[in-house]
Amino acid sequence: MSDNVKNEKVQYEVLSGVVGQESKIRKVFRKVPPLIMLCMAWLLFMFIVAIFWESFAPMDYEAQDLGNRLSVPAIFGGSDTTHFLGTDSLGRDFLSRLIRSIRTSLLIAFCGTLITAVLGTTLGFIAAHFRGWVDEAIMMLVDFQYSLPFMILALLVIAFFGNNVVFFVFLLGIEGWNKYARMSRGMALSAQNNGYAVAIRQLGASPFRLYTKHILPNVSNILIVELTLNFPQKILAETSLSFLGLGVQPPDTSLGSLLSFGRAYMMTNWWLAVIPGLTIFLTTLSMCLLGDWVRDTIDPTIRK
Amino acid sequence: MHLKYFLMKTLRALLTSLLLVVFVFFVLGITWDPAQSMLPDDATEEDMVEFRAMWGLDKPLIEQFWVYCKNFVHGDFGQSYKDGRDVFEIISQRLPKTVWLMGMSIIFSIIFGLPLGIYAALHRNSFGDRFVMGAAVFGFSMPNFFLGIMFILLFSMKLHWLPSAGSDTWLHLLMPMITIGLSRMGSYARYTRSAMLNVLSKQYCITAKAKGASRKRMVYLHALPNAAIPIVTVIGTSIGHMVGGGVVIENVFAWPGIGRLLVTSVAVRDLPVVQAIVIILGLSMVLANLLVDFTYGLLDPRIRVTAGDK
Repeated sequence: MSDNVKNEKVQYEVLSGVVGQESKIRKVFRKVPPLIMLCMAWLLFMFIVAIFWESFAPMDYEAQDLGNRLSVPAIFGGSDTTHFLGTDSLGRDFLSRLIRSIRTSLLIAFCGTLITAVLGTTLGFIAAHFRGWVDEAIMMLVDFQYSLPFMILALLVIAFFGNNVVFFVFLLGIEGWNKYARMSRGMALSAQNNGYAVAIRQLGASPFRLYTKHILPNVSNILIVELTLNFPQKILAETSLSFLGLGVQPPDTSLGSLLSFGRAYMMTNWWLAVIPGLTIFLTTLSMCLLGDWVRDTIDPTIRK
Repeated sequence: MHLKYFLMKTLRALLTSLLLVVFVFFVLGITWDPAQSMLPDDATEEDMVEFRAMWGLDKPLIEQFWVYCKNFVHGDFGQSYKDGRDVFEIISQRLPKTVWLMGMSIIFSIIFGLPLGIYAALHRNSFGDRFVMGAAVFGFSMPNFFLGIMFILLFSMKLHWLPSAGSDTWLHLLMPMITIGLSRMGSYARYTRSAMLNVLSKQYCITAKAKGASRKRMVYLHALPNAAIPIVTVIGTSIGHMVGGGVVIENVFAWPGIGRLLVTSVAVRDLPVVQAIVIILGLSMVLANLLVDFTYGLLDPRIRVTAGDK
């Protein structure tokens, strides 16, 4: 390659910010504390298990073997060597059920988080854009949501409409939308008066373009922080409802329902309850710590 | 204007209550036909018409809504499907238990959470501060039902110190109270810490220090009252979370309160009971938020003035 071309390439990279950005990311990563690394590793592991659950699960998670119920695996001092974590009360391989549960819980929490983010942010932007009675109505709904705990609302809706997975995901999508709405409304209101928003509006951009292409990227830092803090809440909400037997329904299984079934055998097979519980705990803990760290790193000004 | 602020807040609370009652009424209206579920399967069309006329279900929705509100004000929530008992009676038996548990949990989390937060703020970046903040994150990422089960495993099954179910004595109260309280305690400590840190760096605190006020005087007379405002808000808004979490915990410890009743009623679709509980819980939440707003206004004169003018 001739020097000229090389120079041009370097120049291009510098101008377009490719070089600068790359080193910035590397710089951030070098400063990651070991604890956060550990959290990231755990979350990565959980997501890999959730995505490729079929290759991880050693057996069919639904296959029953009534002759081999509640077997004690070798690692807990038992005789069962075929089932790594033993079997449950219907003789189903516990490890396979655990892996399937991780997938269900993470998938539901992930979809729920996305729905909440889109719903809340959109409503916040709409309120900020239209002002007047639209704003009042949306803020009224936000107040309403604050006065009705999500858990109670969810139980009411499940009582009246029954439950299935798709419905359940949308129900979880309601959890915490009011926080996004409040936040994005406030941010959009202040962004509207910024020079860039005024300029773009006067250049003739449609409101939709203004909000999605210009205001959204400018407020995305705060939204990403909210996203990471909302995700553990989703996991807790889903597992709580499933624990009560009102969330994910059999034959499918989630970490919450797994824990609830394991509860009955705590004296003899304690791991049936403890392992799903610890899995939930480590995942929410990692996400909370990561969220706090992301908040402090991305934008020190919003540190509270 | 003081009065204006309080009136505005009350009006808002009333509107929210109305919204809640309307919401529950219409969700019920959409999904449920009493004539179909109360009458036997072989009921004819005439029977249904007669049934609807008898209970006023053929009237316009607005009129039905009026009757519904009137019954509701009189404490008439209808009868449970499960055993035909009066819903009001069932709930009034259970409600004191829940109020007791919630009240004790709130007190528990405040008397431990606030001092811990103040301690952490005053000893910023010390080992104690890090420990408290670490424990706080631990507290609110722990699923409360898992914590409860671990408590039962340890204190009831292994050590035989505490009973695992029921609500008869003080000992029964201990585990559910701590389970609900711990996660709240963590978030209270966190908020108290950041509120205190925020206030301690303000000019008036620095002035107080410069004037030679003792550390105690500065913390308790100058910093704490000003830090109280965000703390009260956080406590107020967390009551909702607490009630939601309480529903799960009541089930873990077989606490005979309203949360346990709610879950069993949802499972068998005992709609009159579910509906009454949701309305009662919702209204108590509205009331709690209103009280928080009032406290807020009393604590901070600036808020009453600006909000009143709006």
